[in-house]
Amino acid sequence: MEIDKVPQDEGITAGITREVQYAVDENGKYVKTFSKGWEPKNIVNELAWKDIEDNMNLANERISAGKASPIMYFMAKCQMNVALLAEYVEIPKWKVKRHLKPRGFKKLKPDQLENYAKVLGTSVDELLNYKPKN
Amino acid sequence: MKLDFEHIPAGHCENGVISSLLKYHGLNLSEAMIFGIGSGYFFAYMPFVKVNGIPLASFRPVPGMIFARAAKRLGIKMKKQSFRKQPKRAMDELDKVLEKKLPVGVQAGVFHLSYFPPAYRFHFNAHNLTVYGKEGDTYFISDPVMEYPTTLTYEELKKVRFAKGPLSPNGKMYYPIEIPKEIDLKSAIHKGIKQTADWMLTIPVPLFGVKGIRYLSKRLRKWPEKLGPKKAAAYLAQMVRMLEEIGTGGAGFRFIYAAFLQEVAEIMQDQRYFELSKDMTKIGDKWRTFSSLAAKTCKGRSSDPDGYNTVANLMLEIADDEEKFFIELKKLIS
Repeated sequence: MEIDKVPQDEGITAGITREVQYAVDENGKYVKTFSKGWEPKNIVNELAWKDIEDNMNLANERISAGKASPIMYFMAKCQMNVALLAEYVEIPKWKVKRHLKPRGFKKLKPDQLENYAKVLGTSVDELLNYKPKN
Repeated sequence: MKLDFEHIPAGHCENGVISSLLKYHGLNLSEAMIFGIGSGYFFAYMPFVKVNGIPLASFRPVPGMIFARAAKRLGIKMKKQSFRKQPKRAMDELDKVLEKKLPVGVQAGVFHLSYFPPAYRFHFNAHNLTVYGKEGDTYFISDPVMEYPTTLTYEELKKVRFAKGPLSPNGKMYYPIEIPKEIDLKSAIHKGIKQTADWMLTIPVPLFGVKGIRYLSKRLRKWPEKLGPKKAAAYLAQMVRMLEEIGTGGAGFRFIYAAFLQEVAEIMQDQRYFELSKDMTKIGDKWRTFSSLAAKTCKGRSSDPDGYNTVANLMLEIADDEEKFFIELKKLIS
């Protein structure tokens, strides 16, 4: 790639950083230069976030239907699956699965709720009172 | 205390950290040189390894390998430490080394990395950064993929060093303890090139090297039919991300390799490496075209097989180019 063709399409890193791009200068020599971004990258990154959003919506539907606890929504928001969440809260997977159901969620003790809230980047209050907006 | 450490932005974190650590100790080797000597160029398609449910297509060997190979070939001794489930000890140990006026490389998870662009904060745990000082609660951080140096608090640094999930860092840290006075650069370069060529051309499993590119091309054609439009788009998008997202220097490390070959041309006083570097640039440009076309196909989430066939055909062309390239390159070192 030639240095004058290095794309500068602002997008996902706007205002935070620019990425190093290797390109050939006018003398045919490789130099490190900066790129503000590139449209194809913006597209695929957006797509990845769209999938996360889809998971959050899916969780909301299940919570509204009384089939899942609020943890499901925050788990999706934090891009976690049961295995990863279990690792972070240091609780066995089968127990986490129970806590993802409304019945298991109700039985959680204050310190367990605290633990979940901390890992999921929220507060106990928010976790207890979470209602999907539909 | 803040060490006199130069922040050098780089294409790729692993090579960037090593390159700047060595520079601090007086050894001037570019990121591209480390990448080439450590045989960082690769292709692997591993349908049995899934990232977010998507089979892994990688343009580099597993994390840590480039660095281990480069250190070995240059005769550099590194001290490496991990601390399973001992975050406090991991932080104490880091402080101790910093007090000896040594900058330290640290493995980190990206999800909790507060200074990172939010759009890039996924659960990826094989990121690398350098810690080069501490004042009170604040650590001075040189993250090669960031344009400028940055900082993290004690709690933040502890959190990213103990991120969980696949490839979890377990507090891993490393720094050079022995750098030889005389380095046989030519021999290290030869070894690096030889292994790259061998891995690209001769691994007898169809998932690796140029064979891997051809195999994936075949699979990719069937994605829209087999997976449906949504999942097919997600698969293809993941490939573009492996090629272009933070840490490849563009085109899945192909441009870094071209830069490496230019440096080799000068060290070996051999113009043929310079000519091959031009070929590698063309290969990189083709991968860029791949990304551009693939992103368009993803955007529409169209199940039209034409978009998939176009990029699959381009991959076959690239596989042929890379095969020819490494056969030529191998001739120069034998």
